[in-house]
Formats: sequence, structure tokens, C-alpha cells
Amino acid sequence: MIIRLTVNGEPRHAEVAGWESLLWVLRERLGLTGTKGACEQGECGSCSVVLDGDVVCSCLVMAADADGAQVTTIEGLGTPDRLHPLQEAFVAEGAVQCGYCTPGLVVAAAHLLETNPSPTSGEVKEALSGNLCRCTGYGAILRALAAVEEGR
Amino acid sequence: MSVETRRRVRGGIGESVLRPDGIPKVCGTFEYLEDLHADGMLWAATRRADVARGRILRLDVDGALAMPGVYDVITFADIPGRPYQGQIVPDQPVLCDGEIRHWGEAIAVVAADDPETARLAAEAILVDIEELKPITDVEQALEAGEVYRHFPVRRGDPEARGEVAVEGFYEVGTQDQAPLGTEAGLAIPDGAGGVDLWGPSQWTHVDHEQLVACLGLTPDRLRVHISGLGGAFGSREDLTLQTHIALLALRTRRPVKQHYDRTDSFAAHVKRHAARMWYRHEADRDGNLVRVEARMILDGGAYQMTSQAVIANAATFAVGPYRCPNTFVDAYVVRTNHPPAGAMRGFGTNQACFAAESQMDRLAAALGMDPLDLRLRNALAPGDPLATTGQVITEPLPTAEVIRSVAALPLPDDEPGDDPLRLPGGTGLTTPPDRVVRGVGYAVGIKNLAFSEGFDDYAEARVTLTADGAEIHTAAIEVGQGMVTVLIQIARTVLGIENVTVVFDDTSRIGSAGSSSASRQTQMAGGAVQRAAAAAREAALRLAGGDELDDDGVWRDGRLVMTLAELAERGPISEWVRFRHPETEEPDEHGQGRLHADFSVAAHRAVVDVDPELGLVRVVRIDIAQDVGRVLNPVQLRGQIEGGIAQGMGWAIMEELVFRDDGTVANPTFTDYLLPTILDMPPVEAVLIEEPGTWGPFGAKGMAELPTVSVTPAVVAAIRDATGKALSRVPVRPEDIVFG
Repeated sequence: MIIRLTVNGEPRHAEVAGWESLLWVLRERLGLTGTKGACEQGECGSCSVVLDGDVVCSCLVMAADADGAQVTTIEGLGTPDRLHPLQEAFVAEGAVQCGYCTPGLVVAAAHLLETNPSPTSGEVKEALSGNLCRCTGYGAILRALAAVEEGR
Repeated sequence: MSVETRRRVRGGIGESVLRPDGIPKVCGTFEYLEDLHADGMLWAATRRADVARGRILRLDVDGALAMPGVYDVITFADIPGRPYQGQIVPDQPVLCDGEIRHWGEAIAVVAADDPETARLAAEAILVDIEELKPITDVEQALEAGEVYRHFPVRRGDPEARGEVAVEGFYEVGTQDQAPLGTEAGLAIPDGAGGVDLWGPSQWTHVDHEQLVACLGLTPDRLRVHISGLGGAFGSREDLTLQTHIALLALRTRRPVKQHYDRTDSFAAHVKRHAARMWYRHEADRDGNLVRVEARMILDGGAYQMTSQAVIANAATFAVGPYRCPNTFVDAYVVRTNHPPAGAMRGFGTNQACFAAESQMDRLAAALGMDPLDLRLRNALAPGDPLATTGQVITEPLPTAEVIRSVAALPLPDDEPGDDPLRLPGGTGLTTPPDRVVRGVGYAVGIKNLAFSEGFDDYAEARVTLTADGAEIHTAAIEVGQGMVTVLIQIARTVLGIENVTVVFDDTSRIGSAGSSSASRQTQMAGGAVQRAAAAAREAALRLAGGDELDDDGVWRDGRLVMTLAELAERGPISEWVRFRHPETEEPDEHGQGRLHADFSVAAHRAVVDVDPELGLVRVVRIDIAQDVGRVLNPVQLRGQIEGGIAQGMGWAIMEELVFRDDGTVANPTFTDYLLPTILDMPPVEAVLIEEPGTWGPFGAKGMAELPTVSVTPAVVAAIRDATGKALSRVPVRPEDIVFG
């Protein structure tokens, strides 16, 4: 079937098979490989995208169900020339090591700060508790969010 | 020509230089293995064993081959060269050789148009298996003589006895590295009988050596390239999918890609060894260690992988960073029908550290001594022999200082119960806050740096001056740890040139840099870069007759005499170095000798809150003091410390790959294998002890493993302090706390 969706503000369409997830369509049909997959069970958050206003694990969304949806991926947040403040802070604070969890974390953190501009430390941790990072021990990620909040 | 005073190069050692791959990674443009693409590529999928041991009676791939979109299926019979792989002993069949020896063993691999077709075809392969009784118990394996290596230590007087003795029996479970990026790779045939391979590697040259043997290729027919990796932690030390996709690419003459799912990943890569350990410590009444005896058995799983080297670490660090004149160890690593164990951050020291540090607390209790006083009294220092091998410590080793430094940090002043999110079990907690108990525990760890036991350990690097800067060429692998940044910082500092980039060469372009493991690349790849950069600077100054070098070119008496562009044209200036660390030697029959090239120590303190009724633990805070030689990049170093602590803490309270009685794995998914989340991770304070080492660049020591090592026993000691339970096993499970 053909699905039509808006990705990072642009209308896109793709011919998809029944087994394909939104993650697969983004990566393999639309060439947006910034979104990662690491567990295929919605446990690690590497594939986080914003779908119609909510952060979701795109590995758990069937492509067919995303027909007509608005999707924001990591590629929609910033570019190397125009970094989102969170992207800048992640680099500056050392919140990136292998970087595999980073796109999902940045998407989830940006969505948090948009919907809750002054989260408590508990709210930050709750919001990011679905995003696993195996490298950093999370300390630098918390410092990156704090730096963005301070910079406002 | 301008005249100016040469300024100090920016972004050299000691600064928190930002990693060059940081911006691509936060933007999603960094290219990982799973992002690689080649036109017309096929996708591979693997058929795996679902039993721990069995004999294949019938293997029929015809049905799979007949499916539309399927191009090829390979099995053991199709391996053109040596059908076994393994970097120390090649005993692992590239594909199952007829006897299944562990759950998840690869039997056949399919290449098809898309991954779903490949997966369905792999499922359609007919495999009839006669199940055999697996060996799942390490004692049973030892009795049966299934020993990969026995490492004995006999040092001192066998009759020597202390006045106070404690014995303990300890167990540790299997840990998975669980890097976020699963294994992926791409193989592209070159049209002339050779192949280019991108695969999950920590050491491309050792992969190359094995792959050409298995594929039956001359070395020049295979080039192993370096690509982006989503972490490693030891899991990429041994081959997984590389041989399969390279062979499929050669056979189909099409590019072949594979990307493991998480269950494939759990099945395919090596684990941290589970172990059983018995210890007896004896001391005099003042607390001086007189005698340590240990017997440890590590579960090596079905194939040898790096087990022989892991057991040497477990044995030689069996006592920890303490003096002891009489030491007797029997360390075994045995073959079972569990998935193969191998390298994981700490590499054999973690198991021994958990048991030995638990013993030190037990001994302190028996002596009526403070556990830190006991450790300080016995702390290993330069000039002392290592308790096991007798190797005299000739480098700085601030054991007492790391202990005193971590103990001097303030303890948290909060009380449990203020915020439900911060109670054990979080918001679902059913125990009232006033029943929560707090505990504090300490542990000290020691780790060897770089390769040991007489291995010819070297790293090559080339530094080339270009028209506008300098290039570092290396095959050392960036797995996420930040080596790429540190190499640039070292080269900048030595050259005086700021515009430095790293080129990761394939195996045909430069020699080995050794593995990105064993805490070794800052010292090894960094040591090679330091020397190559010094040689390049020297050559540039000589060629231009100058006395200074920077991004403009060569200067003499404050005047620019040759630009970098002119230098590059007149040169070229390109200096290659093969760097070796101080020699080590193999152990004698008593485990004695100078086995290790260098050492480092760290001490952890853990504070925990425990719900004793539900057996739930929240780690409140972890502090560390670590011997790092010299800090080259403060932000990256802190990242290694915090990340290492998260992994060691995970092993203490939640991470275990669980085996059923029949040897199969019960939890090979992220739903069931629990990793620390941002809610589980406590704040960390780190004290860095800078006593320059003797051979690392600018005195730096490798430091990325130790944060993982002694945190595990520190957390368990804190839980014991809170609950009074003996807790002789990690991970500590709720039932161990409630019923232990």
C-alpha cells in the first residue's frame, strides 16, 4: 500500500509492505537513518520520534497506521549548521559517546522541554526513563538538559 | 611575511575538547554500520539453534532456496577455508559443524532481497535435531576435564598461617555488554575475487587474520574497513556475522548486509563469564594479610574465544591491590554448553574483585577492624610485589590515596522517604518510608593496562602533514569511548598544529593498532601518535631549517620560513611508528613473573537505600577515586567513569543473562534483560589522582575499565551494611535480600 505522511514538515509518501514499521519506513524508504533501532520491543527508546504530538517508539508503530500522520525525527530538530540548543548542549556536556541512543534522547528531551519548559529533576528522569543509554551513565545527559534550561 | 610570537596550540591535552563526531551524532547524520547501503544489496538472516546441545540429523535448505527473492543459503559445508574461527584458539565453527554446542549457535545464513524474506527463508530451513544432555554446571565441566586453561598461583610458604581466618563462597551471574547498536555489517565483492568488509570490530587486523583463513582468501583479497559503532564493551572482540556476509557476498557477487535484532545479538556475541569462587583469607591479629587461598571456576561457554586471557586476569588479581606474602590460587575456565563467554569491560578482574573485596569486609568484621583500615594496612604500593605473581610494582600506584580520597568525600545528608521517586521501587513502593534502611559500602579494584603475558602488543600510527594541517592514520577503533578526540589532542600538543584530523584506515593501508580494549588505546594508539607526531615535527623543522611549527608552517627566529603547503609539496612529511609497551613475560609453572605492563587502581563508595521487605534497592550515590596518571580530557574522562559505574552497578543489582536448567537463555531481549535507566542511576562524584605513569602519553594511564570493576562489590557491601545479609552472589536479587 501507499502511505502519505508529513515528516519534518515535508509531505512524503512511500510504498510499504504489511510487515513494515514506521521505523523501517523512515530509515529504508525515506532515507532518514538518524532514527535508530536497538530492541524492536519499545524498551530502549533509540527509535523515538514525535508522532502527532506524542513521543513514540517508531519500532512499535506499523507503517500503515502512520498514514496521514505528522512525524518529527532527529533530522527535523536541527542541522550541523543550525543546531537545536539541546543538540549543542549534548555535544558540549559530553552526553554523546557512541551516540546510538542520542537521536532518540534528543527527540524525547526536546519534546519534554516544549511541553514542560521548567521540568523538575524528577520529571526529567521520568520523561527520559524510556531511553536507554549504555555509555554515559546519564550524568552528562542531565547536565545537558540543565545547561539548556539555564541558557533560556 | 608576518612576525609573531608562536601561540600555544588550542585544543591540546588537558582540555575538554569536543569530540569531532559529536555534531554528526546529535544530528543523526553519523554513519553507523547499520546505516551503510550499497546499490543492489541483499539482506542476510541467520537460522539459530534453539537447544543448548544436540546433533543435527538433517539439514535441508532446499525449501528456503526455492522461495522467491532468496539468492543463497550457506551452512558449514560451504565454508571454503578453515571452517573454525577464534582469535586465540580457532575452535568455533563458522557455522554449526553438526553438533550444536550452545543455544543461539548459528546453523545457516540466508541472503535475500529484503530482511523479511531472508527471515522467513531462514525459518523455512528444515533442521532435525537429536537433543543431547548439555553441560551447564562448571563443577561438572571441571570434573569432566573440560578445561580451557588452569592458571595456578603458588607463592610463598604453603605452611604459613594467620591467626584469624575467614572463608567465603561467591557466585556471579553472566552479564551482557548490551551495546545499544546491535551487530551489523556490509560486505561488497570487488569483482576480482576479493571483498571489502565493514563489520562490528574492536580490532580489524585480528578479524582480517581469521577471516582470510576461513574464507580461503589470500590476505590481499580482503580489506576490513572501520565504520561507526554503537558501543562495544568487549562484545566486538570476537567475530560474529563478518564471515557469513563476506562469504555470501563472494558467492552471490552482490553486496550483502545484515543487521542483527536484539535476540540475535544476545545469541551471537560473547558475555562476561559467570563464576563460582571459594576464598580463604588469613591475617595476623593486627590485620596484616598472611595467606590467601582461592579456587575459582569461570564458565567459558561452548568455545574458547578470549577465555585464556580472561582467566589470567582473574587469577593474577585474585587478591586485589593488597600485599600478601603467601598466595595459592587455582583458577579454571571451563567449557560448558552455555553461549561463549569472552571480553567485557574489566576482563576477568570483576569476578575476582567481587569475591576478594567481600572477603576483606568479612575479614575486617572477624578482626573487629574498620574495613578501610584493613585495606589501608595492606594497600599495595610501588616496590611491593603483587600478591599473586610476585611482580614488583615499579610504576606509581596510589592505592592508599584512592582509598583515603573516596572516604574523605561527604556522605549524602538527605533522608530516604522525602520523594517517592527516590525510594527503592519508586512510586510503586509499598513499604512505608520509615522502614527503608540505608547502607554504605566500599571496595577497591586493580586492573592491568594493555596486553599481558608476553604478547607482542603494539600499535601503529602514521602522522602526515598536509597543505593545511595534519592527518593521523590509524586502525585503532573508536567505539564511542572518545579515543578519536584524545588522539587529536595528543597530536596537536606534540606538533603545535591545531588542524588535525583522524583517518581510520582499512587493513590494507596500515598495520595493526591492537584492540580497543584492555584500557589500552590512550596509551598504545596514543603512544604511537605521540611518537609519529614528534617525528613529523622533527622532519618538518629539519626540512625547512626552522625552530617552530604551527598551522602556518615552519618558523625560524620568529619568521615564517616555509608554509605547510610548501612543506607538503617539498616533503611529503609522513612519519610512521610502531609503538610497543614495556615487555611482559609468560608466567612460570607457579604463575610467577612480570606478566603485566602497567597497573591502575580505583576505590568506590556506594550508598544505598533498601526496602528489606520487598528486597528492592535504590542506589543513592556512588563516589570514586581513581588513579588516572594524567587527565587528557576532563569531560570525556568523567563520561567513562559515570558510564563504567552504571555497568558495574547494573551487574550488582539487575543485570543477568539467565540460563534455564536445559542451558537455553531465558531472557534474550531488552524486555527481560534489565539495564539501568536514568531513574536507576545515582549522582557520582569522582576524585582523580594524577600521578603520571611511566610510559603513557604525558603520563596518562588507561582508565575506562576500572570504574566498572570495584563498584559491583561496593554496592553489595552497602546492601549488606543496610540489611545484615551475607549476600554472596551478584546480581543481588530481591529474594536474596528478603530470604537470604
